Amino acid sequence: MLRPKNAIDRYNYLERVVHWLLAIFFFTAALSGLAFFHPSMFWLTNFFGGGPWTRILHPFMGIGMFVFFAWLGLKVMGHNTIDKTDVEWLKHAHEVMAGDESAAPPAGKYNAGQKVLFWLLTLCMLGLLVTGFCFWRPLADGLPVTLIRWASLLHAVCATGLILLVIGHAYMAFWTKQSIRAMVQGWVTPAWAKSNHPAWHDEVMRKN
Amino acid sequence: MSSLQSLDLKQRSATTVQPPSARSNPEVSKLIDISKCIGCKACQVACSEWNDLRDTVGTNVGVYDNPADLSPESWTLMRYSEVEENGKLEWLIRKDGCMHCAEPGCLKACPSPGAIVQYSNGIVDFIEEHCIGCGSCVTGCPFNIPRISKEDHKAYKCTLCSDRVAVGLEPACVKTCPTGAIQFGTKEDMKELAAERMVDLKERGFQNAGLYDPQGVGGTHVMYVLQHADQPELYHRLPKDPHISPLVNLWKGPFKPLALAAMGVTVLAGLLHYLKVGPKEPHGESQSD
Repeated sequence: MLRPKNAIDRYNYLERVVHWLLAIFFFTAALSGLAFFHPSMFWLTNFFGGGPWTRILHPFMGIGMFVFFAWLGLKVMGHNTIDKTDVEWLKHAHEVMAGDESAAPPAGKYNAGQKVLFWLLTLCMLGLLVTGFCFWRPLADGLPVTLIRWASLLHAVCATGLILLVIGHAYMAFWTKQSIRAMVQGWVTPAWAKSNHPAWHDEVMRKN
Repeated sequence: MSSLQSLDLKQRSATTVQPPSARSNPEVSKLIDISKCIGCKACQVACSEWNDLRDTVGTNVGVYDNPADLSPESWTLMRYSEVEENGKLEWLIRKDGCMHCAEPGCLKACPSPGAIVQYSNGIVDFIEEHCIGCGSCVTGCPFNIPRISKEDHKAYKCTLCSDRVAVGLEPACVKTCPTGAIQFGTKEDMKELAAERMVDLKERGFQNAGLYDPQGVGGTHVMYVLQHADQPELYHRLPKDPHISPLVNLWKGPFKPLALAAMGVTVLAGLLHYLKVGPKEPHGESQSD
């Protein structure tokens, strides 16, 4: 669809580029991590040049993912502070999921569900980064083995959490039509804004 | 080592199906009698000779332990402890190295299929060609044995001379030990031998003499005769009750299928939700277009 005259900008070019680089790094880090996570998925190492290469590359994919997430996260953090309206919104989350937003308070640039997702993503990303460094050899050589064991377990827990959150994130983007366009072409229609983020829509309109 | 005995595998790392099991072998064991050890290090030399390994020469820091630690080139090591028991100084010398656990923590933690195997005779072997160098075996081992090479990033440890044992020979360290402190045979025979030694040691006043065959790891295929079996920590911190850490068990046990199931369920939930609710279209689209 061509950009209509009344389109509203949601993500600029740099934000879109960083988001999709983040997606690529997440995808490679997740696939290479899953290869080590369960024997049934060890064949995924073939995508990265075999077992040793996957072991070499995985931490760098993870660091790349973290760096892009951190950049984007700092950009959108201001829109993700959770307030009383969000608590109210979450009480109506099941109605929103059923397609009825009438009872939920109007959402800003991000609704409460997205905000919760954002902070959980942040938690998992930080967890993966810290625990990952605890058993990245030879850097981690000499660390107490109990720490390494905790880190290995928590790395798997954070990775599982992250994968579940990203599945949810991707589904929401697919379910809420025209959302993907916001992250590909960068703009949304006023109708999309009014339907999904009414408070943000009104704010943008006031400014114009 | 490469896997010479593919018909004789009992366990294989990162493998969910049963390895070939038509053939069975008696379990073997090395028995190290610490009360007979004179600390000559002939076993270290024999190990280095047979396996063709030459560790770099280190620095003397004023103790007998030489080299200072196990390494990718030193798979066994005499560890010297000076302790006072019953008012007497005792020089306890323990030949350290892989214990070849019946339930190996290294094998449990390893993510690479077939990089660690356990033969039906109980020997735990690293198959370096399948090793990816992640270090999980170090994380899993309750005895701190595997060492990762800084050169090739592969894990190394004592093979219990699986290549010699496969052709009916005893391990090199056993062959060379001048006092007979290291014996090798079926695990049953070694237990009987140990029992005879207990009688002797108890007669000599070591009331707590006993066999170290820790059940926390299902028993080991390297066992020690200890004068003070009630205090294994005296022997250079030999663990009293070694077992696979519950953290490793959770990580490599129930967590794996649960996490995969959660991922599958989440995807399925999305599908079911979409089929029930349908797409979320913006209201009043036609006006704004």
